[in-house]
Amino acid sequence: MENKNTLLEVKDLKMHFPIEEGVIIRKKVGYIRAVDGIEFELGEGETLGLVGESGCGKSTTARCVAQLHKPTEGSVLLEGKDLCTASKDDLLKARMNMQMVFQDPYASLNPRMTAGNIIAEPLQIFRQRGVINLGTKEIVEKVEMLMEKVGLSRFFRNRYPHEFSGGQRQRIGVARALALDPKIILADEPVSALDVSIQSQILNLLADFQREMNLSYLFIAHDLAVIQHISDRIAVMYLGKIMETSDSQELYKNPLHPYTEALLSAVPIPDPEIERARKRIILTGDVPSPDTERHSCYFYDRCPKRMDKCAKAVPSLEDVGGGHKVACFLHHDRTE
Amino acid sequence: MNKDIILKVDNLRTYFNTDDGVVKAVDGVSFELSKGETLGIVGESGSGKSVSNLSVMNLIPSPPGKIMGGTVTFDGRNIFDLNEEELRNIRGGKIGMIFQDPMTSLNPFLRISTQMIETIVLHKKVSKDDARKRAIEMLELVGIPKAEKRVDDYPHQFSGGMRQRVMIAMALSCDPEILIADEPTSALDVTIQAQILELIQDLSKKLGTAVIMITHDLGVVAGMCDNVNVMYAGRVVEKGTNDEIFADPKHPYTRGLIKSVPRLDRPKQKKLYSIEGQPPNVIDLPECCPFYPRCEHAMDKCKTSYPPAVKLDGSREVSCWLYEEKTSGK
Repeated sequence: MENKNTLLEVKDLKMHFPIEEGVIIRKKVGYIRAVDGIEFELGEGETLGLVGESGCGKSTTARCVAQLHKPTEGSVLLEGKDLCTASKDDLLKARMNMQMVFQDPYASLNPRMTAGNIIAEPLQIFRQRGVINLGTKEIVEKVEMLMEKVGLSRFFRNRYPHEFSGGQRQRIGVARALALDPKIILADEPVSALDVSIQSQILNLLADFQREMNLSYLFIAHDLAVIQHISDRIAVMYLGKIMETSDSQELYKNPLHPYTEALLSAVPIPDPEIERARKRIILTGDVPSPDTERHSCYFYDRCPKRMDKCAKAVPSLEDVGGGHKVACFLHHDRTE
Repeated sequence: MNKDIILKVDNLRTYFNTDDGVVKAVDGVSFELSKGETLGIVGESGSGKSVSNLSVMNLIPSPPGKIMGGTVTFDGRNIFDLNEEELRNIRGGKIGMIFQDPMTSLNPFLRISTQMIETIVLHKKVSKDDARKRAIEMLELVGIPKAEKRVDDYPHQFSGGMRQRVMIAMALSCDPEILIADEPTSALDVTIQAQILELIQDLSKKLGTAVIMITHDLGVVAGMCDNVNVMYAGRVVEKGTNDEIFADPKHPYTRGLIKSVPRLDRPKQKKLYSIEGQPPNVIDLPECCPFYPRCEHAMDKCKTSYPPAVKLDGSREVSCWLYEEKTSGK
């Protein structure tokens, strides 16, 4: 799997949001370390799943990759080109290859635009900027083609978002993301707001497109079962750091980081017999606030297996064999 | 199974009058709850799970809502025959409720202590000092550290999981016989969800409270409940014990629902099973099985009349024409 062409490379990415105080004279009093030094790669046709609890920095990561936030530090390389320092023109072209699907299909579609116009908007924008050359008729044809592709009748073109159900709205969101034939789709919790029966429809739809168009997904979700289903590789995030990353099958069979273990054991499984027999690792406490600089392991406060060593240094993300990387001293010792 | 039934809902129908027509949010729901039982009500959004339980407490805003028929028997009396004052004694006293979003169900302007003492004084008829002691005791019970100090905090000073603990403490502070939990963990992260579910389970066992667990998450139901009702478009389509429902779902909808959830314990499938189509619009629904446009086994009969509930072996009940034929053939 490592031999696949790397499309996207994120290196030492940090995103610190300033906390300001004061009414007239704003003073910076600290930083929220939303993303605090992470790195990953995304290959062609591959799905990388980012999981973690709320506030762990998954969405900020996606937004930094899309350059919706300018990262504080680090680089985002798309096909070798650093987007953080790219010129406006280069960024525009890069964004053509990188589109987003958002969580809330109610908030991410303009209620005053028709479905057809929503899907056509990226095409219109790139036509105005002179990046693509399409006539009005061709755009209409393309929109109709996209609608049929995502399972909506093209006669719905002139309907407004409120006339669609949640699942259908998410299909419009997917069609809009596909309009520019991107190489990468950044999907930020695309199925979290949907019902179970609709969720599986959208997941299947995304998987079909991946096979058909060789798309790469950066797929963000908090639902581990969904992530396992859709991803080739998974990265587990906690407090702005990647704790563990590996092949998806391997991660579920052999979780190494205590946080991954706890996370996996907390997911309810829809089978009463299994549920009765399972042993849960229940973590105590809540996720700490990301506003302090940490010199210990980020998971130290809640870790059931913490050692003295963990309070003194931050474990780095190290390969323990077969591309399975983990940031935990428990497993670093084993390889030494 | 007839031991100590404390709540009996019979043919409950709640409609909402809207500009577009009559929304039959709940259309003929019946269920029973025994002492100490945990009943799960599963369904997708709009299936009427929340409305049916708000109706049980007679909390439906009217207008636009209206309870069109049916009875809810609690303590030997029909809830709809009670006056406002008698209802107030039941709400929060004998039946406690927890809601999905703990931030919107707590008053942000009042200290936790004020809110808890108010409930306890009203229902338990004790002095304020005793009520305060009781509040602290309950907060300790749900695992809030330094309860004595934190009781005087405001809701925003608690995290999401802690707030839900406060809600549980408040709901249980008057020793209710029934706890209605409406999606209590849907807004929480998995690790916090596991904490809260375990807490509800422990406390209901310790205090002997019956729990109605409303959720869309089949995993939550599997781990917590004794019996399960599956709802679709305002009706209960299938009833049974937890094991029966998951081991051998009878209704095509239940079967589809269980199959369409990606599962951690199974190897990855290429394609997820999915129920095609959209959930029905419950406005002016014709007399038919509301699931038939999405059903694999749809027959002509399904388009013209709603299937009656058929009792199968054990405590199973299914509303589907597939099973009607079998029994009439015997």
